[in-house]
Amino acid sequence: MRSYFKLALKVLGRRKFFTFISLFGISMTLVVLMVATAVLDNFFAPRAPESRFDRVLTISRVTQRGPHDSESMEAGYALLDGWMRPLHDVERTAIFSTVSSTAIYRGDSRIDTDVKHTDGDYWNILDFHFIEGRPYSSKEDAAGAHVAVITDDLSRKLFDTASPLGKSFTLEGDSYTVVGVVPRVSLTRMAAYSDVWIPIGALKSSDYRHNYLGGFVGLVLAHSSSDFPRLKAEYKARLRTFPLDRKTYTEIATGLDTPFEALARDLTQNRTDSGAWILIGVLAAVALLFMTLPVLNLVTLNLSRIMERAPEIGVRKAFGASRPALIGQFVIENIVLTLFGGVAGFILTVVALRIANQFSVVPGAVFEVNARVFAYGMLIAVFFGAFSGVYPAWRMSRLDPVLALRGGAA
Amino acid sequence: MIRLENVDKVYRTERVETLALHNINLDVAQGEFVSIMGPSGCGKSTLLNLIGLLDRPTGGALSLDGGKINGAGDKALAKLRNEKLGFVFQSFHLVPDLTVVDNVEIPLLYRKIAAKDRRKMALAALDRVGLASRVHHFPTQLSGGQQQRVAIARAIVGKPRILLADEPTGNLDSQMGEEIMEILHGLNRDEKTTVVMVTHDERFAKQTDRIVRLFDGRQVA
Repeated sequence: MRSYFKLALKVLGRRKFFTFISLFGISMTLVVLMVATAVLDNFFAPRAPESRFDRVLTISRVTQRGPHDSESMEAGYALLDGWMRPLHDVERTAIFSTVSSTAIYRGDSRIDTDVKHTDGDYWNILDFHFIEGRPYSSKEDAAGAHVAVITDDLSRKLFDTASPLGKSFTLEGDSYTVVGVVPRVSLTRMAAYSDVWIPIGALKSSDYRHNYLGGFVGLVLAHSSSDFPRLKAEYKARLRTFPLDRKTYTEIATGLDTPFEALARDLTQNRTDSGAWILIGVLAAVALLFMTLPVLNLVTLNLSRIMERAPEIGVRKAFGASRPALIGQFVIENIVLTLFGGVAGFILTVVALRIANQFSVVPGAVFEVNARVFAYGMLIAVFFGAFSGVYPAWRMSRLDPVLALRGGAA
Repeated sequence: MIRLENVDKVYRTERVETLALHNINLDVAQGEFVSIMGPSGCGKSTLLNLIGLLDRPTGGALSLDGGKINGAGDKALAKLRNEKLGFVFQSFHLVPDLTVVDNVEIPLLYRKIAAKDRRKMALAALDRVGLASRVHHFPTQLSGGQQQRVAIARAIVGKPRILLADEPTGNLDSQMGEEIMEILHGLNRDEKTTVVMVTHDERFAKQTDRIVRLFDGRQVA
């Protein structure tokens, strides 16, 4: 292995133009894939204020299906209150509304704002860092208190640099008192994102309490992710008592999902489960398709090297190299090359993401290349290396040793 | 040690059939030094490739060390080449990206030998051919004679019982050719290595135990 590695480095060092062309293609491909990985990581990996999301399940999309009609929308408060909240042996549950866009006026200026209604336990599942003040409690929610948590960004727009605590602003005709300030949240964090958070109890109408569908998302904080199968099964079992409108519908499709599964359920509208595997398959297929062209390019370059290295292959065969040994050698060489491409791609990805962050491409989102993204990137690089190396290596290993020693190809 | 019985080798393309070797019968005993001679294109190298298991006969039987080779798979042939045979080529065929010592280690890479022991064996083989002081040079930094000595070190590092040399002096001047022949004779004499050598040079052929002569793919002596 060490000998193959040494040889790989020497071969790459000697054929500088080939190495440059290959590395350029590999690193550019990996930059795109690593940026995509960083974006996916930003969406789904547990991070503040969703640090506990490795043990959180959500209920968002609910679909009712019948022979002629189907209806698909967010969960309703009544469904979450009646079928999610009573789940056994969970750490906490919370309900929040989907974000609605509205405007706050300060004098003549209009400030476009996203608002989310939450219960008190929302703040116990999400771990917001409070710059000032505090979250509102379940009691305040139950009492319908007109209090609000706002982002530092909105605070500056509403109150300039002064502390907003205890100050009020008007939202859709009602006045709310600021009790807490949190840092701006990334649009990519579905559960956490908003500009203003106010208690569900402060909603003008209590009709939402009777709606099974529409406008709300549920969160379940499990003691551990190992509880997920049990909780999913319990939720499914409980749904048998759901008052389905039997005249129109025959089934209800919903589930306790991880954030990734919830997105998959939304996108795939799969009938049997969340469709997470379909989404993973689609993402993998897109990545594969994206890699196909640079892989073919590298395969062609590698094949052109067969002629160049034919005598070496002949010598190795003459001295006892079996086909698997030769395949191993050339695949390792290719993986070494792609790992260099991976490192170059990683550095370029860091630069690209810094630029993206500087220009706030996604408001509030800070894309970073952490150890997880690096590990995925290197995994992609190894896969890329194996993918583009196996066929040329197989062709090389099949060279006739006599022809190879004369410098000819198969 | 080496036995060929009624061996034929035919090269076939879509249109042409070329009889490269016909009805070759050859016995080489353990410790013998045999040279193969004949005009260009008479099948000398083809015969050496068959003995070296780099090619397969079209007809007849080949055995090495008492074991029949016909029908052996690629993996078995690779193992036999690795353990029983060593090759020396006219144009040396050293890997240009590897140092002298790394080149010599090549046959040992395909055996289960620790890196430290591989290095020790390679250095001993280089010492045997008088190149202990050039171990970290690259092939292009050596003269033709030195490169051929590296190739011999590579051929003998795994202590094969048979050494196959395809015109080992063909690319060298007469003095270097003499030096290479001296090394081959030394290996044959001291290690009892069986040597089969293809050569055009009558002078070197006469130094061997026996000369096999080929003409148009047939054994004439």
